[in-house]
Amino acid sequence: MKLFRFRGGVHPEGHKLATGSRPIEVLPMPKRLYIPMQQHIGAPAEPAVKQGHHVLKGRLLAHGQGTISAPVHAPTSGTIIDIVDHTAPHPSGLTVRTIILEADGKDEWMETETTINPFEIDPQEIAVRVGAAGIVGLGGATFPSAVKLKLGDKQPIKTLIINGGECEPYLTCDDRLMQERAQDVVDGIRIMMHSLRTSRALIAIEDNKPDAIEAMKIATNLFDNVMVVPVPSLYPMGSEKQMIHALTGLEIPAGKRSADIGVLMHNVGTAYAVHNTIRKGRPLLSRIVTVGGGAVREPRNLEVPLGTLVSELFEYCGGFIKAPERILMGGPMMGQVMPNMHVPVIKGTSGVIALTKKEITQQQTMACIRCGSCAQVCPCGLLPMELATRSNKGQFDNAIDYGLLDCISCGSCSYVCPSHIPLVQYFNYAKGAIAAQNRDKQKATETRDLAKQRTLRLEREAEAKTRAAEARKAARQAQQQAKQTTPPPSTKPVATEEAAP
Amino acid sequence: MGMAIFYLTILGLSLGLILGIAARYLKVESDPLVDEIEAMMPGSQCGQCGFPGCSPAAAAVVAGEAEPTLCPPGGRDLAQRLADKLGIKVDLSVMDEDTGPILARVHEENCIGCTRCFKVCPTDAIMGAPKQIHSVFKAACTGCKACIDVCPTECLQIESVETTLGTWHWPKPEPALAA
Amino acid sequence: MSTITTPFSGPHTHALRTSGQIMGLVLLALVPATVFGFYLFGWPAVNLWLITILSSLLFEAFSLKLANKPILFSLSDGSAVVTGWLLAMTLPPWAPWWIGVVGGGMAIILGKQVFGGIGQNLFNPAMLARVVLLISFPVEMTSWVTPQPLFSAHAPTFLEGLNITFHGYSLDMVSGASSLGAVRTELTQGHALSTILVPHHYTTQNLALGFISGSLGETSAVFIILGGLFLMYKRIFTWHVPVAMLTSVAVLATLFHAMNPERYADAGFHLFAGGMILGAFFIATDPVTSPNSALGKLIFGASLGALDYVIRTWGGYPEAIAFSVMIMNAMTPLIDHYTRPRIYGHTWRGATLKYSEDKLDTVHKSRDAL
Repeated sequence: MKLFRFRGGVHPEGHKLATGSRPIEVLPMPKRLYIPMQQHIGAPAEPAVKQGHHVLKGRLLAHGQGTISAPVHAPTSGTIIDIVDHTAPHPSGLTVRTIILEADGKDEWMETETTINPFEIDPQEIAVRVGAAGIVGLGGATFPSAVKLKLGDKQPIKTLIINGGECEPYLTCDDRLMQERAQDVVDGIRIMMHSLRTSRALIAIEDNKPDAIEAMKIATNLFDNVMVVPVPSLYPMGSEKQMIHALTGLEIPAGKRSADIGVLMHNVGTAYAVHNTIRKGRPLLSRIVTVGGGAVREPRNLEVPLGTLVSELFEYCGGFIKAPERILMGGPMMGQVMPNMHVPVIKGTSGVIALTKKEITQQQTMACIRCGSCAQVCPCGLLPMELATRSNKGQFDNAIDYGLLDCISCGSCSYVCPSHIPLVQYFNYAKGAIAAQNRDKQKATETRDLAKQRTLRLEREAEAKTRAAEARKAARQAQQQAKQTTPPPSTKPVATEEAAP
Repeated sequence: MGMAIFYLTILGLSLGLILGIAARYLKVESDPLVDEIEAMMPGSQCGQCGFPGCSPAAAAVVAGEAEPTLCPPGGRDLAQRLADKLGIKVDLSVMDEDTGPILARVHEENCIGCTRCFKVCPTDAIMGAPKQIHSVFKAACTGCKACIDVCPTECLQIESVETTLGTWHWPKPEPALAA
Repeated sequence: MSTITTPFSGPHTHALRTSGQIMGLVLLALVPATVFGFYLFGWPAVNLWLITILSSLLFEAFSLKLANKPILFSLSDGSAVVTGWLLAMTLPPWAPWWIGVVGGGMAIILGKQVFGGIGQNLFNPAMLARVVLLISFPVEMTSWVTPQPLFSAHAPTFLEGLNITFHGYSLDMVSGASSLGAVRTELTQGHALSTILVPHHYTTQNLALGFISGSLGETSAVFIILGGLFLMYKRIFTWHVPVAMLTSVAVLATLFHAMNPERYADAGFHLFAGGMILGAFFIATDPVTSPNSALGKLIFGASLGALDYVIRTWGGYPEAIAFSVMIMNAMTPLIDHYTRPRIYGHTWRGATLKYSEDKLDTVHKSRDAL
């Protein structure tokens, strides 16, 4: 199959050997799990349990709220000891509503639905079950998967792309998953194809994962319409826009979704979760996490219950050989720095990486020499140095004009910048500031309307009052006139005048 | 020389005439600048500027009768934008430090349900009924402080809006890029 | 590990190259041509080279101090050395010491720091300084010497070299003319090209090797190209500007040479004479003052070459590189504006991409073929 080359891109050092050759291990169930209500894009989930409740493994802990949201389930059996604001796995260090579950050690399953043959049920039903299982994009985007699966009803999805790119350095969780559980992943893919009514799936795997490619090829042998496509190792191959371009030559038109060009992309981990849910009736309770980075004594891939504290992962991997400079969730290119190690693993946690100072290779920022490296590597065709100066000066409209909102924050520009300018942070800052401005504008419009309505209401009320007063006055005058026909000597027109105001 | 003066006079007169006619026939009814300025203002008609509403305030700013710093809810940001729009200089130091977004909050233990606050609220952001505890509808509150003064029990207080995961965004990198 | 207060945005890993390293590589690439210049023109050339670089550094430090910027950290980016070095390469090798000092000052202060320092300047600082010098001191800037290779019989000793740099020298002793200057002078006297080039030994081979009089570091095309190829290999700059520029000059020269060989020199002469090669590889490729996109670079290079040819052939100054570079520098923002790369998901004009249903169908179907 002919592949396409997206523009730009970088080749960061892989660092994948340490974990890529080691089998996945199951982390022993921790004593306590910290389960955040916001592990996905969209509205936070709303707790369905109270302090003191005892729950079985797989029990619903929190409902999704609204169309774009995802429920959360108990990763093990135990007692809800509290619902608190706990530090979120987020660079801001802000808190998020978190259910604390104390494991009872029995790991006792609740009764699960009887297994079904997914290819005999309605495609819609699959999306519903995937939604109820709390499955979100496990590549890190954490967009609720059911919402994407339902798109098959509205638009024809001609090609399903399964992202096994894993272009981030250090991360090997998808690599190991494909090597060890290829059959299950492929089954999940076929279930998704059924749900989307799609007749074609391409599994894209970067060519630096020959073992995963081999395993997946064997697993797809029987299925003509599921193809394994080795793609060149080039960051950001795993980004939706770039991978779609690499595989089809098509670009997602600006402001549109991939479904608009007949493509949908899911991660291999998501496919595996779909398999688990549909075949075994199990909601999303755990995920595979790469524990890596130069500071970790024994890096490896772990299957981790959601809600496990990051510190426990490092402990299981033998602790640190060097003091880590930064703890990351996700890979070093697009991953987020964590405020501390007492944050839980969530659905989108593909890796926890402890980097040493040496690995970060960040140096003091120098002035831009306009070398143009950033523009050369930008996979979106942007001019990062121009965007950065505009963002810095607060010229957001101008920055949008230069394509700020087309930036995917992949970090290629910052990665190559010889002056070590934190370009991505400028873009993140500008995007955030623009969003905040829009929120403010939205609120101002709403409150302005409210104020207008109130003024109108007050006017109406005042008018009603005057009309009522006039009506009263008229009534009184009528009365007066009625009285005047039989006038008592004492009352004179003077009295009516007094009543007038 | 004489001819030159003559031609220039004719030229000046005819251009002046055209401008005069244009001004008469292409006249814009209301001053669009006032409308634009009004659109920039919070629009809650809170009256903290001393004018009866945002529209008269906008007219006053355009007419030069009021400073662009007149609007406390708009803060320094609005003052700067107004000044930029009008092309005038503004001394921001006369304004209070920007507090960031603020909202009113009812401390329920003190509320006696007197209804005074929701009568003055310019955006109908306070809900309640007589003798019932009132509460502030956050999405509609502009932090204009109109309710604070009328509350007899001081149960209404202004609080700054806390950043959440949904509203947090990356700060500008330090040190700033040399530009 | 402590709780961090100001979080770092990604990426959390970086390519190892720094701006200082880039400058270092550029300097390394200049070494062969410079050493050849030293050999060709002896101690006075070494002196001038040193003086120009040192004064550039001094003026840079002075400006940084005035601007309250960290002096040592900013100097460590090496840009002042590159500027001074490049300027020195374009000066007459036996020029007096103050040419280097004034040139260094002009390049750094007028060429760079008044614009706000590194990365902000509109014009190539070395070329700006060269133009200022050429216009202000035409005699010193057009006094060339015939090559006096080190250790040859007539080469000045170290002490004589100091004397030449600081007290001047008698022109008729060693005076030569740059290839372009000589050709221009003779042409204006009505001589035909065939009677000029051969007696002056201006064969393409001689010009390429550089055993001729000319600027300190411009004579040897071979060594300059060597350095340029090295930088291209190291991905410091791309092929676009040099190739576009040299091609455009070659095409124009060939065209006019074919029309009148006695009036217009051939492509070989134009490519290797004067500062053409140095300009193409080291001056026009300056990232700050040239366009960013590949298309922009092609336009920039081609226009630069054409302009250079025009000024050389019909203009008042035979050494045209500096002027044409500055004119094109001024055009760079405009070129950049009109050659912005296409943004993903947009058309070239910025509208949203559209695909026809048929096209989508064909693409999806073609994905079945393994």
